[in-house]
Amino acid sequence: MARSVTTQRKIINTAAAWSIGFLIFFPILWTILTSFKTEATAIADPPVFLAFDWTLENYEVVLERSNYARFLWNSIFIAGGSTLLGLIVAIPAAWSMAFVPSRRTKDILLWMLSTKMLPAVGVLYPIYLMFIKLGLLDNRIGLTIVIMLINLPIIVWMLYTYFREIPGEILEAARMDGATLKSEILYVLTPMAVPGIASTLLLNFILAWNEAFWTLNLTAAKAAPLTAFIASYSSPEGLFYAKLSAASTMAIAPILILGWFSQKQLVRGLTFGAVK
Amino acid sequence: MATQHSRSAARMMMAPAVILLLGWMLVPLTMTLFFSFKKYLPMRGGDLGWVGFDNYIRFVTSSAFWPSVTATLVIVLGVLFITVVFGVLLAILLDQPMWGQGIVRILVIAPFFVMPTVSALVWKNMFMDPVNGLFAHLWQAFGLTPVEWLSQASLGSIVMIVSWQWLPFATLILLTAIQSLDSEQLEAAEMDGAPPLSRFGYITLPHLSRAITIVVLIQTIFLLSIFAEIFVTTQGSFGTRTLTYLIYQRVLESQNIGLGSAGGIYAVILANIMAVFLMRIVGKNLDA
Repeated sequence: MARSVTTQRKIINTAAAWSIGFLIFFPILWTILTSFKTEATAIADPPVFLAFDWTLENYEVVLERSNYARFLWNSIFIAGGSTLLGLIVAIPAAWSMAFVPSRRTKDILLWMLSTKMLPAVGVLYPIYLMFIKLGLLDNRIGLTIVIMLINLPIIVWMLYTYFREIPGEILEAARMDGATLKSEILYVLTPMAVPGIASTLLLNFILAWNEAFWTLNLTAAKAAPLTAFIASYSSPEGLFYAKLSAASTMAIAPILILGWFSQKQLVRGLTFGAVK
Repeated sequence: MATQHSRSAARMMMAPAVILLLGWMLVPLTMTLFFSFKKYLPMRGGDLGWVGFDNYIRFVTSSAFWPSVTATLVIVLGVLFITVVFGVLLAILLDQPMWGQGIVRILVIAPFFVMPTVSALVWKNMFMDPVNGLFAHLWQAFGLTPVEWLSQASLGSIVMIVSWQWLPFATLILLTAIQSLDSEQLEAAEMDGAPPLSRFGYITLPHLSRAITIVVLIQTIFLLSIFAEIFVTTQGSFGTRTLTYLIYQRVLESQNIGLGSAGGIYAVILANIMAVFLMRIVGKNLDA
């Protein structure tokens, strides 16, 4: 039975929740608004909220001056590449752990989780050294592999929790009907696993896109993704609020939109299935 | 029933992931351990031989060590406190009947998707800048002197920025947990005349305890290694040099690899202590 709620209480709830929601979202909103201002309006005192001459000038300047397209492409390459590579490695592993569990499956899963907790700074120098020796410093491929490895435990875990929900009887039935392992995976499992794989892909793309330890430390000019591009604005000569805002908006907009679609998967992925 | 054949196939399928992660864990960690026992200065003489536990002792006795522990603790505990308390309140509020719940959820969760460098820069310049920041304008409007946030209240400012990033995570997980609470239990308590505060204290909070534990553990692991927020705002000055940042400076800025590696091993040990607790909870869930 649903609890009856007075309209008055619902109004209070709504007002409170919307105010807090607005407050939390405000820094993002302010950044987006500022990106359409001129530099003078951006630092005007008192601040202007909506009544200003909207301009696209900042976007033009940022696009022109900073080779934004290259940073964007690097971000897409690294986030997309690491996620796809991760899925290729993780899907068979998660499949076998979910459907052919052994006594050690649980230990292996927990051990994988423990590698995620390795503090990056503890292995900074060895990775840095290896990158120098292998000529991978400031190289997209090297960074893609590192990001793939740091997200691999989450990918395996997420896939595992999704795969475990697929009823095993269906697979048994397919096996009885003489399906080979290959056709079992291809025709029976894959169609049922697609939603889980899609969610995993989405969340890990977001995590990889926002990763800011390895991307800042292992790239310079060539392979730098958007995280590093934005960090370059922290130098004093780059301090133009409107342009900073335009660059920031462009860096976060794609992921903000993707992120809103992945709310539910976020809980599951980041708590390793402990909260659903 | 799994056959012998499918078992060995399963092992083969697991192998790439296991081998990759094993390599990723063991190779760099062994190297860090190796360097931590050496005096190794790539820019000033290179490998200067074995020094035993010297680096470990020097790391904890250096004047920068205890302040970095304090800074780390203040940031981790501060952010945990803010995100858990406000996360619980916000989750309860969002669980109430209202109009436009979906939209509010979207607004609240948004900061989590903002990359750390962007949120740090936006807060640093557009809000906390003592001349042009919004806070400065606000302070002036009330006739107060603007605060130089990142130098006068540096740790508080970092806590604020990081809390803003992690509040959505805590809220979302706690909200998910609250929604699984049986509302009939709350109704029954209400019928029996339990006031709201006792309903919260005796029903909601105990129900949330597991979710809160998970939030605390996962956030601690991520918070111990925050980097970009400090890199972009203060570069470790004004007392914001955390353990992670100190190690980073030892390794890449002053290129004292031995000392930095010893610090790295300390960080690994610290993270593992947290990890043991988290894994126990997650592991219990696997059996269910």
